[in-house]
Amino acid sequence: MKILVSAKRVIDPDARIKLKADKSAVDSESVEYKVNPFDENAIEEALKLRDEHGGEVVVVSIGPDDVTQTIRAGLAMGADRGIRVDVEDKALDSDLAARIFAAVFKEEEPDLFILGKQAVDGDNNQVGQLVAEYLGLPQACFASEVSIEGSEAVVTREVDGGLETIALQLPAVITADLRLNEPRYASLPGIMKAKKKPIEDMDLDDLEITDTALKVEVLSLEEPAGRKAGVMVGSVDELLEKLRNEARVL
Amino acid sequence: MANILVIADQQDGELKKSTLSVITLARQLAQRTGGAYDIAVIGSGVQGVADSLAAYGAEKVYTITAPAFANYLAQPYTNAVKALAAQTGAAFVLGSAGTFGKDLLPRVAAAIGAGMVADCVSLAGEGSTLLYRRPMYAGNVIATVRVNTPKAVIGVRTTELDPAETSGAGSPLEAFSVDPGQAGARFVKFEGTKSERPELTDADVVVSGGRGLKDGDTFFKVMEPLADAFGAAIGASRAAVDSGFCPNDFQIGQTGKVVAPKLYIAVALSGAIQHLAGMKNSKTIVAINKDADAPIFQVADYGLVGDAFKIVPELVEKVQALR
Ligand SMILES: Cc1cc2nc3c(=O)[nH]c(=O)nc-3n(C[C@H](O)[C@H](O)[C@H](O)COP(=O)(O)OP(=O)(O)OC[C@H]3O[C@@H](n4cnc5c(N)ncnc54)[C@H](O)[C@@H]3O)c2cc1C
Ligand SMILES: Nc1ncnc2c1ncn2[C@@H]1O[C@H](COP(=O)(O)O)[C@@H](O)[C@H]1O
Repeated sequence: MKILVSAKRVIDPDARIKLKADKSAVDSESVEYKVNPFDENAIEEALKLRDEHGGEVVVVSIGPDDVTQTIRAGLAMGADRGIRVDVEDKALDSDLAARIFAAVFKEEEPDLFILGKQAVDGDNNQVGQLVAEYLGLPQACFASEVSIEGSEAVVTREVDGGLETIALQLPAVITADLRLNEPRYASLPGIMKAKKKPIEDMDLDDLEITDTALKVEVLSLEEPAGRKAGVMVGSVDELLEKLRNEARVL
Repeated sequence: MANILVIADQQDGELKKSTLSVITLARQLAQRTGGAYDIAVIGSGVQGVADSLAAYGAEKVYTITAPAFANYLAQPYTNAVKALAAQTGAAFVLGSAGTFGKDLLPRVAAAIGAGMVADCVSLAGEGSTLLYRRPMYAGNVIATVRVNTPKAVIGVRTTELDPAETSGAGSPLEAFSVDPGQAGARFVKFEGTKSERPELTDADVVVSGGRGLKDGDTFFKVMEPLADAFGAAIGASRAAVDSGFCPNDFQIGQTGKVVAPKLYIAVALSGAIQHLAGMKNSKTIVAINKDADAPIFQVADYGLVGDAFKIVPELVEKVQALR
């Protein structure tokens, strides 16, 4: 089976986010980039399914030159080849990203497309759903378990109130939640091999995408109001006194 | 012909309170655009939900109840919302940013050619310039965004909006029938987390436990009496869920639920930024942790350093004595 997976590079999710002086964007000077954690889960799942059922895993990323490294990270984990679609970050919104993925999907014709449920920079949680609609395919978002049974992917989803299981007719779109698996680390041989694996560069012309207007545009950013400093209390009695008389929640 | 369509979130015929906060945003949007709103309820056994929603000032409350809609599946639900929006002429489709809305709304956006604002916390801009505010980067940044398409789909983060009060005469109810189209998927099963406690996202008090509670047994031994004492819902850090102490839908944070109760008591969790993203707008935050340097103390109004296994039982006992 052929599986397409997406990988986005994001600013290290554990780093402190700073804004540029003019608040137009996040300060990306001297930040470290990582593969979006959910995409590591997506890649891991694709590799497991390939190893079980045979086939090929193709990693796609949309972005400037340096996202090649993000794709290499996926190849080092064990994916077979990569595709980079060259678009500047600022020229992208979720909808255009989804239309690009839909075009790549049509060229590659995979059985399954696995994305992360959410990129931890924009926290949009929508590209997978948009792709599925553009392709007219079934979707299972927030997956914590995936198995292939005949012509169906059986997926358990983490939803409000519990766990839901649905079966999708292949081809289908799945978005990965964090508990789907434990992503492997790239081994040294894996990293060496990844250097020789092919990465195809494409642009919007190659995919025949002419409508590049953004549907949603970020105009400005601000830091949220901070909380006022709290106090340390020395005992349960003192805590209760504060909760009753100061916070008035008791 | 209202210009706004609210998709109600319900489970097993019970309305999720978050829907009322979505109605609050719909009212603000109606005021800004000189429009009005309809509400749609989709599923089986939802007549009661529709009846109760008729008291919230909608032009109409639509029900979509064919058997194909008994369990949520993205494609039939998208088809239904698309067809209804076309009939009502809705330019705005709103829903809450729970897992139901997060799954459905982007798909609706693609289907109707709209831009999608995820996790909208408030409207912004002035006059006819309609802008939206939403958190990014685990809530460390608030963005102001514009939708460039004539239509917009808005996923509402409801924690910062008060639930709507009932208003006006009852809205007329109307059954809407629509071809569900291809599903491409089938429902297999649902394993619900049963609880007598208030829903996490609705609760006035949330007590939340972390990895420091050691295992599932001790997690509940510590947290249940605490929740009982405060009439609270129980939440957890991701590490607690990953370690199997408690079910997935207890998770609070960037990738779990977002809560903003009157009182949040964090027990033996460190306060990673991804956790703070889900609770830092709580009114009063209490942190109990044995490590005085734990980052949770930076957002806590009241911090108490010590062993949760000793402090929590003492707290429970003294709160009970007060009542
Ligand atoms: C992409 C991504 C998304 C994430 N999303 C979320 C999310 O939505 N929600 C979330 O919570 N996390 C999330 N995380 C994980 C997050 O980064 C932290 O790993 C997690 O929150 C840590 O959980 P914890 O505080 O319980 O565990 P730890 O960080 O291990 O903290 C345990 C704490 O317990 C204290 N402790 C130990 N024993 C005791 C005792 N007896 N008494 C008192 N205190 C004690 C310790 O001092 C320590 O501070 C995410 C991570 C990533 C990468
Ligand atoms: N520019 C991009 N390059 C690669 N993958 C992306 C890109 N944008 C979004 N994705 C994928 O879409 C998923 C959901 O992203 P989002 O909807 O932006 O939160 C992410 O986990 C990625 O897998």
